[in-house]
Amino acid sequence: MTNTVELDRVTKTFPGGITAVDDLSLAVREGEFVTLLGPSGCGKTTTLRMIAGFEEPDRGRVYLDGEDVTDLPPYRRKVNTVFQDYALFPHMSVAQNVGYGLRVAGTPREEIVKRVDEALRLVDLLDKKNVRPSALSGGQKQRVGLARALIRNPKVLLLDEPLSALDVKLRDAMQVELKHLHQKLGITFLLVTHDQKEALILSDRVVVMESGRIVQAGTPAELYDRPATPYVANFIGVSNFIRARVKRVAPNEVEADANGVGILVRTSGAGATAGDEVLLSVRPEKAQLLVNGAAPAGANRIPGRIVDHLFQGNLVRLGVDIGQKQPFLVDIQLNLGLGDSSLPRPGTTVTLAVHPSAISLFPDRGGR
Amino acid sequence: MTAATLERNRTVGLSRTRRMPFGSKHASDWTLGIAAAAVVAFLYLPVVVLIIFSFNDNNLTTWPLAGFTWHWYQNAFANKELMIALGNSIYVASIATALCVVLGVPAGIALDRIDFPGKLLFRRLVLLPLVLPGIVTGLAMMIMFTKVLGLSLSLTTVILGHGTALVSVVATQVFARLQRFNRRMEEASADLGARPLQTFWMVTLPNIRSAILGSALLSFTLSFDEIPVTYFLTGRDNTLPMYIYSTLRRGITPEINAIGTVIVLASLVLIVLSIWLLSDRGEKSGK
Amino acid sequence: MDLDTRRRVNYAGVLAGPVAWTTLFMFVPYAILLAYSFYSREFPLIVPDFQLGNYLQLFQDQQYFQVFMRTLKIASLVTVGAILLAYPLTYFIVFKIRSPRVRMTIYASVIVPLWVSYLLRSYTWKTILGNQGVLNSFLIWAGILDQPSDLFLYNQFAMVLTLTYIFVPFMVMSIFAALEKIPVSLIEASKDLGVGRIRTFLAVTLPLSVPGILAGAAITFGLTMGDFVAPFLVGGPDGALLATTIQAQFGTALNWPLGAAIAMVMMVIILLIITATDRAERAGRLDLG
Repeated sequence: MTNTVELDRVTKTFPGGITAVDDLSLAVREGEFVTLLGPSGCGKTTTLRMIAGFEEPDRGRVYLDGEDVTDLPPYRRKVNTVFQDYALFPHMSVAQNVGYGLRVAGTPREEIVKRVDEALRLVDLLDKKNVRPSALSGGQKQRVGLARALIRNPKVLLLDEPLSALDVKLRDAMQVELKHLHQKLGITFLLVTHDQKEALILSDRVVVMESGRIVQAGTPAELYDRPATPYVANFIGVSNFIRARVKRVAPNEVEADANGVGILVRTSGAGATAGDEVLLSVRPEKAQLLVNGAAPAGANRIPGRIVDHLFQGNLVRLGVDIGQKQPFLVDIQLNLGLGDSSLPRPGTTVTLAVHPSAISLFPDRGGR
Repeated sequence: MTAATLERNRTVGLSRTRRMPFGSKHASDWTLGIAAAAVVAFLYLPVVVLIIFSFNDNNLTTWPLAGFTWHWYQNAFANKELMIALGNSIYVASIATALCVVLGVPAGIALDRIDFPGKLLFRRLVLLPLVLPGIVTGLAMMIMFTKVLGLSLSLTTVILGHGTALVSVVATQVFARLQRFNRRMEEASADLGARPLQTFWMVTLPNIRSAILGSALLSFTLSFDEIPVTYFLTGRDNTLPMYIYSTLRRGITPEINAIGTVIVLASLVLIVLSIWLLSDRGEKSGK
Repeated sequence: MDLDTRRRVNYAGVLAGPVAWTTLFMFVPYAILLAYSFYSREFPLIVPDFQLGNYLQLFQDQQYFQVFMRTLKIASLVTVGAILLAYPLTYFIVFKIRSPRVRMTIYASVIVPLWVSYLLRSYTWKTILGNQGVLNSFLIWAGILDQPSDLFLYNQFAMVLTLTYIFVPFMVMSIFAALEKIPVSLIEASKDLGVGRIRTFLAVTLPLSVPGILAGAAITFGLTMGDFVAPFLVGGPDGALLATTIQAQFGTALNWPLGAAIAMVMMVIILLIITATDRAERAGRLDLG
């Protein structure tokens, strides 16, 4: 089955020598929700724009549904874009905005009216049909942008940081709406964002980019639990990093030493040799705080002392000094039985329990 | 001074400014206001004088005023030469303005988004008539028309001169408006299937329309009043300013006050309209 | 047609008209003017030539030098005068008016006369300053003078006054653009740090407004240099400016090459001033955030 979108070794350099996209290949299947994730400047937006047709790759080809569209202008491609700053036409009403794509295609008037109503109903804005964009809120404008793009039944919907201009609560609500929309319509969504939480919530697959290249692509769970590099581990969610030196390598595990504390990591030992400098990464919620003794079987035990206590409402993030440069962050979920006041205070000596399978091992290339 | 004192001083200052219309706490602010008012009075003095004395029943512009009269207006409108010159000016201004728009809009677009060899030179040339005294532009064109092209001077040469001198008015305004224009809208339009000409017609043009209209009105007004370029390119037929100019050579007639008042008031209306159009009312800039 | 070719065709369509026009009606005429400045005059004919005689005449003949100096002097006076009158007014409008609507109304009412007939606005000064004009008759009526004074009209004072009057709105526009860009927070920050109002003005506001002053001054200076209407209307026997001289060469004196040479000199000077202020403006341009 052909991929809906395929980028084949695409490169884009801008005047001034900036290589925005570097030899990038990507395949998106029909109906997938794929997110390009990365900080600003990583090339994700440029990649999206090359699929839309606003930028031409210097090298490489772009395929839509198996057809080479690299030389096609945007108005000949069966993709539509939702823009970060909405790009609604200020001199047209909402209905005229939404119907624009049909109007330029020469669709008969009655059909336009019918389909515009449908599209507006889809995004729940039928009552704002004849209003000018200037009278709408940010979220409403975004929904008009969505309707306008979807009305043309594109093969792929491209979304360029569509929610970044909205405030947090609205953004959260819109994320859910987007997810529902995708499930309902079943078309391919390609989203660009720097918000990793958004990527995790919405996507079937996340593609993490840095400096124009793909660093790792996979499901949200894969990326979260098995990050391929420290960059990914740090970009997605929060990670603790422990510097250690390899003591022993076995087929299924590696033993490392961090300031005299032995830590066992369940991982394929391939590529690691004794004496290597490594980084061990652990998620805050994967470490358990022990105050007196009893550790789960097989878990690593790391001693430390509480130095930070950060109450975040539904959880408490404790910073534990384990002899590394930064305190080790432990997230403790609060609930009916466990309140903030029952947690040990800063200054208390504690032990952290971390299971060997909850640790990722990376070579330490220094200066992370 | 502690942070608290600074904070307090500032708040006190603020509350006082809220009470006075100018936000002034100091005598020097009032002095400034008076100076400003004086300059504005200075700016409008001649206009007021012109209007008042156009109705004054006296050959001379002396104080105190004699009676009220429509005499000068009647004379002015009865003056055949003057009326012909007025007609010529309207004719010239209309065609010159059309020329400016037809050339200025693409020029503004080109400056905004096209990179072509010689763009810098083009940009400098287009702006030149705005900063160079008209005499230089008028002279240069006159020599070319008469000596090189062998044409005789006429209203047509005047029109060509005005078109050249004023095309940058339209070009710069269109350029400025395009700069404020959200480029994403054109991308959105293309994304939705519109070909470039469609995008220009349906998206770009409506958003620069008021800039085009405003600068056209401005060009019209400026063409109506143009002297230096016109001076060198006029043949037998006079424009209104040329007629007035030659009349002044012979001495002041109060009819000039009358026709002058009409021109000034008409210009004021056109200019206010044009400024209103050119000032991009926020919501139209496409956000 | 691929993307690139299509784009080039579109561009060619847009550019054709303006570029052709600019070449034919701007570039060529200025080039012809330049060429003419090298021609020689063998009365009554004008002979194509390449000689520097006209330019030499300009620099050697005393009367041209005088006219040149006089023009520079008038242009400088007008520029300075316009700045002195425009700046306080603009400052007042930008910083002392709280309501944006009032501010815009006052600003508009100052700017609008800019485009109203230059000829008429200059002409009215003739009626105001003359022997039997408004000013004299008013002073007599008020008892300040017994007789009309000749001092007001047909001299350099009248020219400077008229031209300053014409260019004040222009300077206001230029200074306004610069002052408006200054974030009020900068001034507040300065006062917050204990700096007095005058020193704040001198240290913060004034320097940041210099680009606007320079831009307006350059154009004021240039346009004044090339003006022949004011000398004609209100200038006296000692009032011949550069532009009047050029006029004469193309009129009765019938010495077109010389006139062209003077025009070229004027053009070069003005272009130099504009380029210099442009560069100074760009060098001093700060990112005001």
